[in-house]
Amino acid sequence: MNFEFSEEQDMLREQALGFLTDHCPPSVVRKILDGDEPFDADLWQKVVDMGWTATVIPEEYEGLGLSYLELSVIAEELGRALAPLPFSSSVYLATEALLQAGSDAQKQEYLPKLAAGSSIGCFAFSEGGGQTTAKSLKTSAAGGKLSGTKLPVADGDVADFAVVLASADSGDGASAYLVDLSGGGVTRETVKTIDPSRSHARIVFDGADAALLGEEGQGWTLLENVFNRAAVLFAWEQVGGADTALNMAKEYAMGRFAFGRPIASFQAIKHKLANIYVKNTLARSNCYFGAWAISTEAPELPIAAATARVSAIQAYYYASKENVQTHGGMGFTWEFDCQFPYRRSKLLATNIGSEATWQDKLISAIEADRAA
Amino acid sequence: MDFKDSPEEATFREEVRAWLSQNVPTAQELDGLDYIGRAKLWQKRKYDAGWACIRWPEEHGGRGANAIQQVIWNQEEGKFDTPDSIFAIGHGMCAPTMMTWATEEQNKRYLPKLASGEEVWCQLFSEPAGGSDLAALRTRAEKDGDDWVINGQKIWTSGAHYSDYGVLVVRSDPTAPKHQGLTYFFIDMKSPGIEIKPIKQISGGANFNEVYFTDVRIPDAQRLGAVGQGWQVSLTTLMNERASIGGGGGGCNFDSVFDLATRVNLDDEPAIKDKNVRAQLATWYAQESGLKYTGYRSMTALSRGEIPGPENSIGKLVGAPKQQDMASFALDLMEASGAVWDPELSEAAGMFQLTYMSSPGLRIAGGTDEVMANIIAERVLGLPQDIRVDKGVPFNEIPTSNS
Repeated sequence: MNFEFSEEQDMLREQALGFLTDHCPPSVVRKILDGDEPFDADLWQKVVDMGWTATVIPEEYEGLGLSYLELSVIAEELGRALAPLPFSSSVYLATEALLQAGSDAQKQEYLPKLAAGSSIGCFAFSEGGGQTTAKSLKTSAAGGKLSGTKLPVADGDVADFAVVLASADSGDGASAYLVDLSGGGVTRETVKTIDPSRSHARIVFDGADAALLGEEGQGWTLLENVFNRAAVLFAWEQVGGADTALNMAKEYAMGRFAFGRPIASFQAIKHKLANIYVKNTLARSNCYFGAWAISTEAPELPIAAATARVSAIQAYYYASKENVQTHGGMGFTWEFDCQFPYRRSKLLATNIGSEATWQDKLISAIEADRAA
Repeated sequence: MDFKDSPEEATFREEVRAWLSQNVPTAQELDGLDYIGRAKLWQKRKYDAGWACIRWPEEHGGRGANAIQQVIWNQEEGKFDTPDSIFAIGHGMCAPTMMTWATEEQNKRYLPKLASGEEVWCQLFSEPAGGSDLAALRTRAEKDGDDWVINGQKIWTSGAHYSDYGVLVVRSDPTAPKHQGLTYFFIDMKSPGIEIKPIKQISGGANFNEVYFTDVRIPDAQRLGAVGQGWQVSLTTLMNERASIGGGGGGCNFDSVFDLATRVNLDDEPAIKDKNVRAQLATWYAQESGLKYTGYRSMTALSRGEIPGPENSIGKLVGAPKQQDMASFALDLMEASGAVWDPELSEAAGMFQLTYMSSPGLRIAGGTDEVMANIIAERVLGLPQDIRVDKGVPFNEIPTSNS
């Protein structure tokens, strides 16, 4: 049994933790939350310089050719630091879509720039108003021109290009396209969200130039494949953030005195923190399984991804809300940092399909596994 | 990352498998024996072949195996339909305490017979006035020549009625503060003055007993640790309790409730089609999966010769309430039939109803949910202990329920 990260991967974690402790303290998150900047461009450049955006991109496309275990380590630490970066959109989603479905020419064009961080990608699928499905897609494409409205698109206001899902008459009912967001026929505006430390946009396409990514009518299958991988990486970010919430709650409870004793000595608080620890531990162990499944291309990936996603959503939400509760009134103030994980937990929970969506996917994956 | 055994582990697993496949008792061999007879037959067979209590030293009846080998043994034995064990407390809790605190001569006398199943042991700790607050126990031990004389009552003693020996913690000095006036013994359960009464549980079973002591004599030579050191000795037993009592994954679990949801209807369709049913089942699947892979992480630590981290302490706290909630959910899925508990009429021969009625005990035995949460809060997260109003107070001056 070797169900652990390797020594080299543990060293990468130490390095990432040290780097983010130095360069992404809560004040950096707060600066983006309070200000007009959509993300921290200085931090982005440093993260790029560390090679993180190049992690799983093969060396032939100027990446580092490392595994998803390394990317999992980085994801957890970015989540722990609540880094205000377009990392998930560009690396877990846009890069993945190209790795999965890009032609060699598309890979040659995009992957080196994604690895070098000079291009930021995003993934435009949602069209607002509840769950988006292949059937519900209103965005359409014909003759290399794409039209429709996407809302919200994580990092859609800062990205250089988007992977866009549009309806198709054949196959699974959708096709994926690559669209240059600085070209004609694209209007975008930043939308307000519950987590201003991570930027989101509405993008209106009106006959924008679009290049098919993958096969016609295979867009929804691509989305599912990309999401299964992204779900694991999102889950690592969520588990990292959930640990931050636990540590914030613990430190506050140890230092805050009421009735002549630290509030951490009351069972109501102790049991709350123990419950957070339990949920975080279960979610982390499921993330291990997810990381193993992506890194080995295991057939269990749909089950592993959904399991990690469901437990990480639940753990982060619980940890972040009970962290506010543990802080009492101070946790509800703008001045305190409790708001960061509370905001981020729900943002990450809704970004690539909600808890209910993934619960349903999990049972479907189990049904498919048993039918096979 | 991989789930593979190391070459040494794989060899060991093969050896275990080969032996088990030849030696697990057949139905004919077990025919006519009660559960005690079956458990003893299987234990003796393992002992004779050197497969009993494999982590114990050879001179005590074990095999000198390491922790990962024990895990492999448990996994492989779990794949066979073997008689239920009646030795978990003796092997898992009493023996480690003896190994730590008894004399070498005593261990040579008692441990091999415990390993072979010839002698069964029980644990006499809880009392009517001392459960989660174990150190509040009141059963008295008074010195009389070379003996101690025991008077009082224990409760929740699993297997007392078929046990040969027991470990016992009692109050030797009521004027000392609570934790300092205790002394620990092992005792012959056939001693005159011991009376055992089974306790009927809400599930209808009777696994526990009340044990009454009336002028029961124990030789001082059967004292473990110094007079007044009983609490420290008890901690050895309790540390091992948490290691030996698992999360209770059997019976009502994801698989059985999922299967039930494919058989019973909701809105004229199999219940598994219902979004709420799927959502609830997905959450339990994720919990079970989380426990499983947490176990794999601990196993990896063992495989590397390391001590597992604290993450394994969550098993009982997650597993016990989960069983109760899943059983409750399963009964709801059956609608009005959920109330029917009849092996002839009920789904899964009444397993869901049995789990519903027995799971409250799982959440209490071996440390309540609340005690387990305290342990995680204090030992894992390092939070302060509760403030105790009885600290440093002579035991006989502490207020009680009756005062």
